[in-house]
Amino acid sequence: MSESKQKLSSLDGRKVILHDMCLRDGMHAKAEQISVEEMVTVATALDDAGVPYIQVTHGAGLGGNSLQHGFSLASNEEYITAVAEKMKQAIVSVLLIPGMGTMKELQSAYDCGARSVHVATHCTEANTSPQHMAFARELGMDTTGFLMMAHLNDAKGLAEQAALMESYGAQTVYLTDSAGYMLPEDVTRCISRLRDTLKPETEIGFHGHHNLGMGIANSIAAIEAGASRIDGSAAGLGAGAGNTPLEVFAAVCERMGIETGVDLFKLMDLSENIILPLMDHVIRVDRESLTLGFAGVYSTFLLHAKRAAVRFGIPARDILVELGKKKMIAGQEDMIVDTAMTMAKERGIKIETSVQ
Amino acid sequence: MEKIKCALIGSGNIGTDLIYKIQRSPFLEPVWMVGIDPESEGLARAKEMGLKTTADGVDGLLPHVLEDNIQIAFDATSAYVHAENSRKLNELGVLMIDLTPAAIGPLCVPPVNLSDHTEKLEMNVNMISCAGQATIPIISAVSKLQSVEYAEIVASLASKSVGMGTRENLDEFTYTTSSAIETVGGARKGKALAIINPAEPPLIMRNTIYCITDDKPDEEKITESILAMIEEVKKYVPGYKLINGPIFDGNKISVFMEVEGLGDYLPKYAGNLDVMTAAATRTAEMFAEEIQNGTITLKPVEAK
Repeated sequence: MSESKQKLSSLDGRKVILHDMCLRDGMHAKAEQISVEEMVTVATALDDAGVPYIQVTHGAGLGGNSLQHGFSLASNEEYITAVAEKMKQAIVSVLLIPGMGTMKELQSAYDCGARSVHVATHCTEANTSPQHMAFARELGMDTTGFLMMAHLNDAKGLAEQAALMESYGAQTVYLTDSAGYMLPEDVTRCISRLRDTLKPETEIGFHGHHNLGMGIANSIAAIEAGASRIDGSAAGLGAGAGNTPLEVFAAVCERMGIETGVDLFKLMDLSENIILPLMDHVIRVDRESLTLGFAGVYSTFLLHAKRAAVRFGIPARDILVELGKKKMIAGQEDMIVDTAMTMAKERGIKIETSVQ
Repeated sequence: MEKIKCALIGSGNIGTDLIYKIQRSPFLEPVWMVGIDPESEGLARAKEMGLKTTADGVDGLLPHVLEDNIQIAFDATSAYVHAENSRKLNELGVLMIDLTPAAIGPLCVPPVNLSDHTEKLEMNVNMISCAGQATIPIISAVSKLQSVEYAEIVASLASKSVGMGTRENLDEFTYTTSSAIETVGGARKGKALAIINPAEPPLIMRNTIYCITDDKPDEEKITESILAMIEEVKKYVPGYKLINGPIFDGNKISVFMEVEGLGDYLPKYAGNLDVMTAAATRTAEMFAEEIQNGTITLKPVEAK
């Protein structure tokens, strides 16, 4: 230990827990079509790179397999079991959105080897989660409250919702920028408010989307304001313009002296060699994903809107902007087709009622 | 003809909205409102509207059942206490309409299977859930023509219309609705999703119904059957409305509906409240008519 060692940044020495999302949020970007074998390959590489938490399953989490959200290639149980068996150090986590996922499914995920859960609600509806949060704690899982579409609530409101989740048993509460809409200033204000409100032992997390290119900057702002857990995704494989790209974030952390415990070069290699070839389209800030970030729309709506655009002849950007105006939230994918049909009627475009 | 006297248990959103629906009924009269919180807005409202009230739960009602000739009770409390409420009232010969997700009695969606229950003189019928009432008629309109392999519904509710009971019982809502899609809707497999949206001004309740038929759907007949069913539901829920569809993608049928409420207790966006209370009222009326005609007589259920 050299006394003269210069600090790399104001955050030098801070410890942050990384949580990879590419096998859950990334499912959205792959229309739920990642095979069990591919998941095992990716997860094994992440485990080897020292990533401590890896989330898997359908993009919408437990109970996600549906016409509303698409059907994945395998059941959630198959994904969890296959990945959990291979992990040397990483903890396998799942997502549970009450109203879709149930405690039965959480029990089943636990039985397959999941030991951590994000219990997610819209950022004003935390009180739909007490049953699930309590049950997760009963199972002994690492239990996180996940406030989605955080830009639709203010700092005070978010802190109140976070405190509710803490009271239900959440050990960590995340602000989740599902629309990739937040700017670093917003993140600083909101996370600071959470830090002031929650018990010191309750951890705070941030889950970013890169729709305005702010994934890294927002995550750093979150750490500065007191967050100690960050979600990201190798090569950014995730909904919209992707999650905070994990290897980029890890590199920035290393430059700043923030300790993540991951092997940066291994993370870079797996992003380039394994994740990139998996992508169906290049995940970047393009016209539509930028629209999500700009208009504050749920990132997962992206591919659904593109499909509705083809089916009903309305540009995807127009549909997304309208969904933003109508304040549609996570889980309302049905309203994409509905909105496109209503817009087609208004514009005098004939709707094909039947497609084979 | 004298109206059949009713008790309402639970002074939350659903119980309070029921007062309005039942007061308008030509067959039913709301006499008692039962709560557990003397300060609750629902109990105050009930008193204002001329009902007798108690804040001592069902036990506060029991001594008055016979003297006030209560024959039908509506339970809008929670899945956890319903069984006990039902047992106590059934023992006194009171028919129970269950608006919780407890579902200990047979499930009822009026235009689909109400007459089966009155014929059998069930002493406890369950109203499933708001989403179930709003979507199962459509599924049934498809499944009575062609076999349905899978049906899924998505209900979007305004945050302000969803009370604590529903919030704390979301899993029960999911299980009960999914199972009713199968047993009442006629789909071989059912799934239910609920979304609570806090937008201001609040959004009117929306429901999307997806069905997958085994064989190629007969588009003309299915569309006709769905439209006819909507007219049936409209008879007791006037704000039940088709927004888009049906559309057909291969064997998948999608229907996009809206339910606007009457604006009795909560404003019109809370169609979820109305579809439930109107269905429960419709169910009770059917029993009441039979009681008045003398075709059925309610008898105490012996304690087991």
